[in-house]
Amino acid sequence: MTRFVLGRIGFSTLIAVLLAFFTIPLLWLVTAPFTSDPSYEVKVPDFTWDNFQAVVEHPYALPSLYNSLILSVGTAVLVVLLAALAAYALSRVRLPGRDALLYALLLLSSIITGTAAMVPLFQLAVELNLIDSQLGLILILTGGLLPAAIFMLKDFMDSTPKSYEESARVFGASPLQIVRHVVVPVVRPGLATIAVWSLANVWGNFLMPYLLLSDVEKQPAAVITYTLYTEGGQANLSMLSTFGLLYSIPVVLMYLFVSKKYGFRFHGGIKR
Amino acid sequence: MAAIELRGLTKVYPGGVKALDSLDLDIPDGEFFALLGPSGCGKTTLLRTIAGLETATGGAVVIGDRDVTGVQPGGRDVAMVFQDYALFPHMDVTDNIAYPLRIKKVAKGARREKAEEVGARLGLERLMDRRPGQLSGGQQQRVALARVMATQAQAFLFDEPLSNLDARLRLEARTFLKKLQRELGVTTVFVTHDQAEALAMADRMAVMEAGHIRQIGTPAEVFQRPANTFVAGFIGSTPMNLLDGAVRGDTLEVAGCKVSVPASAEGRLTGGEKIVYGVRPEYMAYSAGPAEGALSGKVAIVENLGASHLVTLDVNDVLVQAVVPEGSEPAVGDDGHALPRRDRALVYRDGELV
Repeated sequence: MTRFVLGRIGFSTLIAVLLAFFTIPLLWLVTAPFTSDPSYEVKVPDFTWDNFQAVVEHPYALPSLYNSLILSVGTAVLVVLLAALAAYALSRVRLPGRDALLYALLLLSSIITGTAAMVPLFQLAVELNLIDSQLGLILILTGGLLPAAIFMLKDFMDSTPKSYEESARVFGASPLQIVRHVVVPVVRPGLATIAVWSLANVWGNFLMPYLLLSDVEKQPAAVITYTLYTEGGQANLSMLSTFGLLYSIPVVLMYLFVSKKYGFRFHGGIKR
Repeated sequence: MAAIELRGLTKVYPGGVKALDSLDLDIPDGEFFALLGPSGCGKTTLLRTIAGLETATGGAVVIGDRDVTGVQPGGRDVAMVFQDYALFPHMDVTDNIAYPLRIKKVAKGARREKAEEVGARLGLERLMDRRPGQLSGGQQQRVALARVMATQAQAFLFDEPLSNLDARLRLEARTFLKKLQRELGVTTVFVTHDQAEALAMADRMAVMEAGHIRQIGTPAEVFQRPANTFVAGFIGSTPMNLLDGAVRGDTLEVAGCKVSVPASAEGRLTGGEKIVYGVRPEYMAYSAGPAEGALSGKVAIVENLGASHLVTLDVNDVLVQAVVPEGSEPAVGDDGHALPRRDRALVYRDGELV
């Protein structure tokens, strides 16, 4: 009996420590921005708006959120559009070596990431005159996300029965009508998943914009966060926490919205 | 309404698999026609080739005097119900039924009206606002039927229309489908692998094997006089007894017993030739005492079929089955004698009916 009780206590303590490990930083993020002189501790805030005032007055803070928005929305639109077309074709047309091609793409894109691709990508951008350009960055980010997006969407389209399209075809629908009336609505949850995934990916990406954008006015929030220091060279905790909160809110809202609307699951017709 | 004609229809898949081998078939206007066969026999390919979802490699498909071999599915004026019904999950029942009319650019009001009308006819009035995911299997099937009815196509094609329903609902749906087809009078071709379903529903049927049609006929013809041993073994819920034998003068020697020559084969056999003797278990008269021309042996297995029993006799190491009415079933190990009905027994030479 004692052993059981002790076991329960030990287990609960372990869970509590683990939970604290993840919740305390979050707790800090929501309290520190409202505290006049934040430190690394979690304190009961005194509800000041001074920190927000400082962020608004910072010359690059709010514009950088806008830059993040441009980069992530631009990339997400491109990724969804291109991945949907590629995945549909790959899912419906039998090509010799199709699966090998997909796995090779996926494998290469997950091995050669970030630091490994840094130098070649930089050189490529210089050669193509795409350095310090948001469009160039969007193209490079899109290229990085596409293989995984195609792979996920193809899987999704494989699991949607061909009979939907064939049925519409027998009724006389043109290929364009089939895509508009049937395919897009049926795979919409998949498209939403890919869109959210690319948005979040670009929103949090630090390395690529840091590398390819030198003009501070074009840099996204992830890079600007890195520049928030006090005159003494210390991390400016009041700015960092406040900016961090503003930076994370859009992503949280987006997840809530999409999860409510689509629930990230497939609404199918019949059990197969 | 239109007749369907197939002329030398051939389909070869890339890779050389011959799914259909030069098929000829005539389905008159208004007929309820079944394509029956084991899986992989090409029956679904045949249906899809009629629909235009598969392109014929050779031959012609003629629907109502119009050669549609090279026509896209949408231009053939046929409507198809898929095995999984293929109801669009994002549209409610009304929009699903009205979809073919939407393609034909019928005005929104008119097509809703038509959908309501067809839906009401199939008892779907209260379900018109639901999504397919909120319907039972039987309801989904009725929506799929309503959708093809709304097209007013010349012919309907059903791919395994009952296979997605559970056993009890299947019987109900079978009766419903047959009644509906009769009322509409639209030429209908359906595919099934279930011989009982084909026998029960079809006006006529084709039994297929490996891309060939092995027999075409009414359910009664196919059941009573299977044209070859393949059809004989495939049709019937209890398989036909197919026993090797030989002609001995005026009688046949089958499993070491003497049986009389069936009425249908009289005068067509030559002495000494090898034959296959076929008789359905239902057409055997079972008795405990010896009988002239019966297959005699020991009872090996007794299976309960409900209102009757299926008795398996071991006749000189050959298994022979007979259906025995309830109440008179023997015990395992008894001596038994099964007398084939002379007017129902059949003789096959080289696999073909004599």
